[in-house]
Amino acid sequence: MMASAAITGVFVSIAIPLVTKAIIDGPISDHDQGGILPLGLLALALGIVEAALILIRRWVQARAVLGVETAIRDDLYAHLDSLPMAFHSRWQSGQLLSRVTIDLSAIRRFSGFGMLFLVINILQLLVVTALLLHLYWPLGVVVACAAVPIILLSLTFERRYVKVSRRVQDQQGDVATQVEESTLGIRVIKAFGRADLAYDKFDSHATRLYHSQLAKVRLAARFWTFLEVLPNLALVVVLLLGAMAVGNGSLTPGALVAFITLMLSLVWPMASLGVILSMAQEAMTAADRVLEIFDTAPSIVGGDRVLSHPAGRLRFEGVAFRFDDSDTDVLHDVDLDVRPGETVAVVGATGSGKTVLTALVPRLYDPTAGRVTIDGVDVRDLTLPCLRRTVATAFEEPTLFSMSARENLTLGRPDASDEDVAEALRVAQAEFVHELPWGLDTRIGEQGMSLSGGQRQRLALARAVLAKPRVLVLDDTLSALDVHTEALVEEALRAVLSDATGIVVAHRASTVLLADKVALLQGGTITHVGTHRELLDTVPAYKHLLAADAEDADPSLVAASSADSRWTRARYGADELATSDGSAGRR
Amino acid sequence: MTTATDTTTTPTSQRSSTEQEPPKDWRGVAAEDRDDIPDNVGLLLRDRSRRLLGSLLRPHRKVLWLVLGVVLVENGARLAIPYLVKEGIDRGIPPMVAGDGSRTLVVIVAIVGVAVIVQTVARMAFLLITGRIGQQVLLELRRRVFRHFQRLSTAFHDRYTSGRVISRSTSDVDAIEEMLDTGFDGLVNAVLTLLGTAILLLWLDFKLGLVALIAFPFLTWLTRWFRRQSAKAYRRTRETVAAVIVHFVESMTGIRAVQAFRREPRNEEIFAEVNDEYRAANERAFRLHGLFMPGIKLIGNMTIGLVLLYGAYRAFHGQVTVGVLAAFLIYLRAFFEPMQEISQFYNTFQSASAALEKLSGVLEEKPDVPEPAQPRPLSQARGEIGFDRVTFGYVADRPVLASLDLQVPAGQTIAVVGATGAGKTTIAKLVSRFYDPTAGVVTLDGIDLRDLDDATLRRHIVMVTQENFVFAGTIADNIRFGRPGASVDEVRAAADAIGAHDFIAALPEGYDTRVESRGARLSAGQRQLVAFARAFLADPAVLILDEATSSLDVPSERLVQRALRTILAERTAIIIAHRLSTVEIADRVLVLEHGEVVEDGAPAQLVARTDGRFAGLHQAWVDSLA
Repeated sequence: MMASAAITGVFVSIAIPLVTKAIIDGPISDHDQGGILPLGLLALALGIVEAALILIRRWVQARAVLGVETAIRDDLYAHLDSLPMAFHSRWQSGQLLSRVTIDLSAIRRFSGFGMLFLVINILQLLVVTALLLHLYWPLGVVVACAAVPIILLSLTFERRYVKVSRRVQDQQGDVATQVEESTLGIRVIKAFGRADLAYDKFDSHATRLYHSQLAKVRLAARFWTFLEVLPNLALVVVLLLGAMAVGNGSLTPGALVAFITLMLSLVWPMASLGVILSMAQEAMTAADRVLEIFDTAPSIVGGDRVLSHPAGRLRFEGVAFRFDDSDTDVLHDVDLDVRPGETVAVVGATGSGKTVLTALVPRLYDPTAGRVTIDGVDVRDLTLPCLRRTVATAFEEPTLFSMSARENLTLGRPDASDEDVAEALRVAQAEFVHELPWGLDTRIGEQGMSLSGGQRQRLALARAVLAKPRVLVLDDTLSALDVHTEALVEEALRAVLSDATGIVVAHRASTVLLADKVALLQGGTITHVGTHRELLDTVPAYKHLLAADAEDADPSLVAASSADSRWTRARYGADELATSDGSAGRR
Repeated sequence: MTTATDTTTTPTSQRSSTEQEPPKDWRGVAAEDRDDIPDNVGLLLRDRSRRLLGSLLRPHRKVLWLVLGVVLVENGARLAIPYLVKEGIDRGIPPMVAGDGSRTLVVIVAIVGVAVIVQTVARMAFLLITGRIGQQVLLELRRRVFRHFQRLSTAFHDRYTSGRVISRSTSDVDAIEEMLDTGFDGLVNAVLTLLGTAILLLWLDFKLGLVALIAFPFLTWLTRWFRRQSAKAYRRTRETVAAVIVHFVESMTGIRAVQAFRREPRNEEIFAEVNDEYRAANERAFRLHGLFMPGIKLIGNMTIGLVLLYGAYRAFHGQVTVGVLAAFLIYLRAFFEPMQEISQFYNTFQSASAALEKLSGVLEEKPDVPEPAQPRPLSQARGEIGFDRVTFGYVADRPVLASLDLQVPAGQTIAVVGATGAGKTTIAKLVSRFYDPTAGVVTLDGIDLRDLDDATLRRHIVMVTQENFVFAGTIADNIRFGRPGASVDEVRAAADAIGAHDFIAALPEGYDTRVESRGARLSAGQRQLVAFARAFLADPAVLILDEATSSLDVPSERLVQRALRTILAERTAIIIAHRLSTVEIADRVLVLEHGEVVEDGAPAQLVARTDGRFAGLHQAWVDSLA
């Protein structure tokens, strides 16, 4: 429908100059006044038909093309959702974004306009040239000769232009990266007064971009000029030869006018060939980039077992893990058994792999060796919805989306009632939410209310608690809380944890005390399991990590002031003189 | 939704409620969408954009006059060609038919040849000159925007959010670039062709010209209609695409939470929703084009048809020549062709002017913390900090600090403790001049901070915060950020001093390991250590630590504190303490409550006070360890 409208349109537009010829050579030359009106009306009618055909084509096109683009975007999004963390940590979200927006538009542009016009333009070129040859072949040959260099040049130009444009695109990316970095790091840049350093870095990229842009401008200027001038040169020749032909009677004046009009109608289709071809190229690269993602099969797919009433016994059996771009194991030979309802604290130095360990339970990553089981079933055999319903995690760096507070909280349980939400907020000491300007409907996250680190953590905690999981994972969730709030949260958490199986990542003694037992993670494996007291008494490394005693510290510190020994003794307990937390996010 | 939300809902939620769909309450309600422009300030905005554009173009004023000349010559040559064709047909052919030779024709063709050459040269010159100016303007704009954002205070950045800063500096500048690339050329040519053609047509044959000009009112009407509609449609596509982008970026950066909480189906639902809105907006814009383009075509074809009809009639009566008729037809074609492009131009123009509005707004944003007009020199600082009746609040009627007096002698280490909201961080931010006090004076060595230029201030006062941004590049580069000229050994020494050397040495390439994408693989604690090394390398007279050890594990914190003891010996330090463990190295402790110093003294002294707040806290703390 679209194509037939387009093709008919080509023929109609060609017909109009022919009518002109008929008028000039017919009624005017023959002094036949009656012939003017019908031919003139015919020209008008053809004009209306042409416009109508364009209208039809465009309206049909709009729906089809945009529908396809939207569908691909939906699919791409769904596919990305199913790809594992390993994929997402390798790909920056900006890269993914450019595929979902820029690349899909490039494909849309080509499939919507480019492809159609490629066909239409070539068709028009062929038909019109044939017509010109038919009208008066010597002139037709002149025009055909002019077309050859234009097409050849368009092709070379297109190749060079694509190269320059690619360079410009890359450098635009570099400039954007500089902007992004200096914006995210603005506070550090300011604190050190390094605005000039940041500017110089940015400027060198911007200047490089400027020079590439100039090269692009120069190339384009030459090409566009050539495209516009060549038809005019052809016109000079056509005029000279055509007028001579009219002079010696081998061509009628009407035919000459029609010839010139038709010839000029070829300018745009020819000129746009280069653009359309580079559009095609772009669409091809874009399609490659999009397919790259579609071709990545989700490596973490659910099994088919469902635990209808999981007890929550969690076991790590000989688990090892390494990132796929690394050659050393982060974790190896990890064995850990957590009974239903029991809570284990995982303690280890900075960078010892605690977070990775917890990420293996909800299968954000899969172990490279060994297995993790819930109630004796390998987590890889469970369906993902079942697994992730059983396990909920509160992350150290909480992710909030720019959505209402309620939506953020009910992430894991969309059907939660207001009472459930209120209860979870109470447990996480996150009742400040009720005091936000629109309560639970207030938009939070990057585009909404700005919340403090502690507030964000408490929301993340409330989110995990609200999911009512059998297995609750707390990844150092309390680190940004002041001591008063922390104590309240811990108190409330105790009740939640007495019910569920818990894994708590901690580096403070106060948090460790939430757990029934402690697992010490050292050198990528669990070396000791026991109660806090036991480990403190028998394992020096543990004591070193968590000790509240002064003996372990440098004696010179203790001697430094009279208060020091008491300070050191008290080091790892309560920290802040917290009373209240201010009102949420308002400054 | 409550009644309160109705007055301030976002465009999305307003629309949804009128369309009787289920309300999109997942989005929530925010106080303001700063990008929305109320209609009544539209005029002001246009003024502002114009000022910006003017200031960007002013350095190119002379060249622009040249461009104007070139463009007139080019259009003159281009428009002359159809006229010459007419002359060729009317004057060149008759002598030949009469057998008088082809001299006249050759002369006319030669003139056409000259016109073509003039057009070529002028066209090329025009494209090169405007291209160059465009790129220079862009470079200048990029530089200005970047510099300006860097100059604006952190208060501004807190408010404006990084995402918006980035989109201002990238996609908005790109929108302007697109207009400069294609739109400008198209507009100039369309306007000149329009005028030139109208004049020529009337001059060639007045009556026939009038017939051709019947098209004008229709064209004007259609274009105006399109401009209005497309402005709306365009804004809508920008809004909807922004929603798509925000949702996409957020769910991809937060994919961990999305997957862990089985959020995928709901997210896909939401994405489908915003995506479909984007489609609908696009479709509307498409349809507008779909009406506009054939509309122009229709007017063009009708005009050509009418001219043909009337022209033929007049030619029949010998009132015009065939050549004139031919010239008319060529001119009209040349006239309507660029009109087709005007719709494209409107698109780029709309986005560019929207971008210009936003950018000019940002550029007119005054820095809250301005540079002094006449900075006072301070080459060596002792490091004495003074607060003289300092009042400060983030919002007008809620002061965080009220008339605070504080003297920190050079070399002293003070710890500031107090509840969240007591004003600890505010003190740090005032000393590092992230903010200026609303009343009173903060001094360094007796000099008002507002009288020191940024470079001097930052050389003497450095702050380490909780958020430790790591820049792309190597670990060494990141530490060297504290002192760009530092040698490898100095970098290593700094890292060693705070106990970061061990973990850095264990990285695959040691100090030359690149921290890919914002330190993804460095843990929070490791980033904090790098930030510490950075601060030590900077070697300032005054060091501010704002909860700088919160993410460290205990042994690392111990190492840092041991290092601090030596490093802080001969400098002034302000430590904002989250954990009391940090306080042990202080000479003096300040207890803040609601912006007031309620206790002030040496730690031992304060602990010894039986009824002191600090002593109370300390006791509770010791008890909690039992």
